[in-house]
Amino acid sequence: MQWETVIGLEIHAQLATRSKIFSASSTTFGSAPNSQANAVDLGMPGVLPVLNREAVAMAVKFALATGAEIGRRSVFARKNYFYPDLPKGYQISQFELPIVGAGEVRIELEEGEEKVIGLTRAHLEEDAGKSVHDAFPGKTGVDLNRAGTPLLEIVSEPDMRSAREAVAYARKIHSLVRYIDICDGNMQEGSFRCDANVSIRPVGQAEYGTRAEIKNINSFRFLERAINFEVERQIDVLESGAEVIQETRLYDADRDETRSMRSKEEANDYRYFPDPDLLPVEIEDSLIESLRATMPELPEQRRQRFITDYELSAYDAGVLTADRATADFFEQGIEQSGAPARLACSWLTGEVFSRLNRDSLELSDAPLKADGFANLLARMHDNTISGKIAKQVLDHMWADGSSADEVIDREGLRQISDSSAIEKMIDDVIAANPSQLAEYRGGKDKLLGYFVGQVMKASKGKANPGQLNELLRDKLQG
Amino acid sequence: MTVDSKLVGEIAHLARLDLDETSVANYAREMAGVLALARQMEDVDTDAVEPMAHPLHAVQPLRADEVTEIDQRDEFQAIAPAVDDGLYLVPQVIE
Repeated sequence: MQWETVIGLEIHAQLATRSKIFSASSTTFGSAPNSQANAVDLGMPGVLPVLNREAVAMAVKFALATGAEIGRRSVFARKNYFYPDLPKGYQISQFELPIVGAGEVRIELEEGEEKVIGLTRAHLEEDAGKSVHDAFPGKTGVDLNRAGTPLLEIVSEPDMRSAREAVAYARKIHSLVRYIDICDGNMQEGSFRCDANVSIRPVGQAEYGTRAEIKNINSFRFLERAINFEVERQIDVLESGAEVIQETRLYDADRDETRSMRSKEEANDYRYFPDPDLLPVEIEDSLIESLRATMPELPEQRRQRFITDYELSAYDAGVLTADRATADFFEQGIEQSGAPARLACSWLTGEVFSRLNRDSLELSDAPLKADGFANLLARMHDNTISGKIAKQVLDHMWADGSSADEVIDREGLRQISDSSAIEKMIDDVIAANPSQLAEYRGGKDKLLGYFVGQVMKASKGKANPGQLNELLRDKLQG
Repeated sequence: MTVDSKLVGEIAHLARLDLDETSVANYAREMAGVLALARQMEDVDTDAVEPMAHPLHAVQPLRADEVTEIDQRDEFQAIAPAVDDGLYLVPQVIE
């Protein structure tokens, strides 16, 4: 049988506020355990939550970025369950009236294909603490620093039909929340987490199959692998004549498999009800308009502008605008250097990205800054150095943070564009290779490359390649 | 929906309440009474009435995003049953 995969994602984005959603404790990551857990976060009796204005503003910005409905009147609800990392016995979340309603995002697939993914809703809630399971015999340790960190839970429609689409969607949301500066997107630290609802159905069937919810996915690579594993598992189950049960499954990256965590039958009953400690939140037009005025250019708009203004391919424009810092770096490079966009694009996505990969760095942590990049582009553009020498210059800049100009002067890498100097080198090389010269003149054109190489070597790579080629051809003709 | 002992038992379990048989029977009767009242209210025409999320006609005040809390971990942990290495210790929750 042919099966169709159906995927919906729930993304939890930690909002980048300084303080928690309902208390004035710090949200800084990595502090000493429980040093940022106050009476509200600990669920002490008699405390009251007070809502953080910035968390509300960030949710509204997300709605503006996705063209989603803004819940002008939203209500907080209690989601009741017992777990030690949730000391109150309930999580404050939103249920019937979320702050963000239906919206959509556009994802790019291979070969320039696009697809619209529906957003069901996004709601504000508080994060739970962290449990430490293996450090104390017979006990679980609880760190409540994270408890109360604001989350925006972004729920998609079941619109994705493959693991790749799910990854493209998750990347899009990741890029978006960073563009509008509401989440740092750090997946290792858990600032951006994905749960995937996965089901399969025979191709052509209208109703959805029973879904499993996969948790614990903390990278895009694992998202793809977890979904692919789960799809195969469900196919095996159904083709063996058994039924998929609705349950929560945990992805184990070490074994590359999903494991049953708990059956939803009972755990599902969260008995939501409006939280009497919190009043309805009303969003005024004035807040929306003031936030709209602060919205940056969004990745989709920027991508289109890069294609139109810089004549980049859709692919390159997508790569450069996936991340706001990269797009800023690129544009600053062009503006400060006056170099063509394509030169900047190929150097950024080629030489710079490969060095980032090699050193496992993010662009923001790279030794090369945007003004250094512009300096390097400018020296290529004005022919001070060739592209080949520029790679050497970049290596030096990368190693010690020098500017391109400093490296060129210090290492004596200025390109030789003086015709007489190049001619002199060519004459020397020709004189030293009489037999190759004879062969070339006898019709062996391929030897041109040999001569170019020899002269380049003699110039220590500094001869202007265009001039060298032209002069060499003339001289070889005799 | 009928409220019987089985349902009360399930709800009690979700709320981690340990009820004896007499209490279960009492709760079943009382909850059935509450639901009957709710059913009676369903007959009222409420089409023009906005659902109420809170009895106060007020809107949630918002606070500025500022960290004003100080670290009082020692005070909080002094009244906790068990702590170690800055963590609160609870009975193991995963086998």
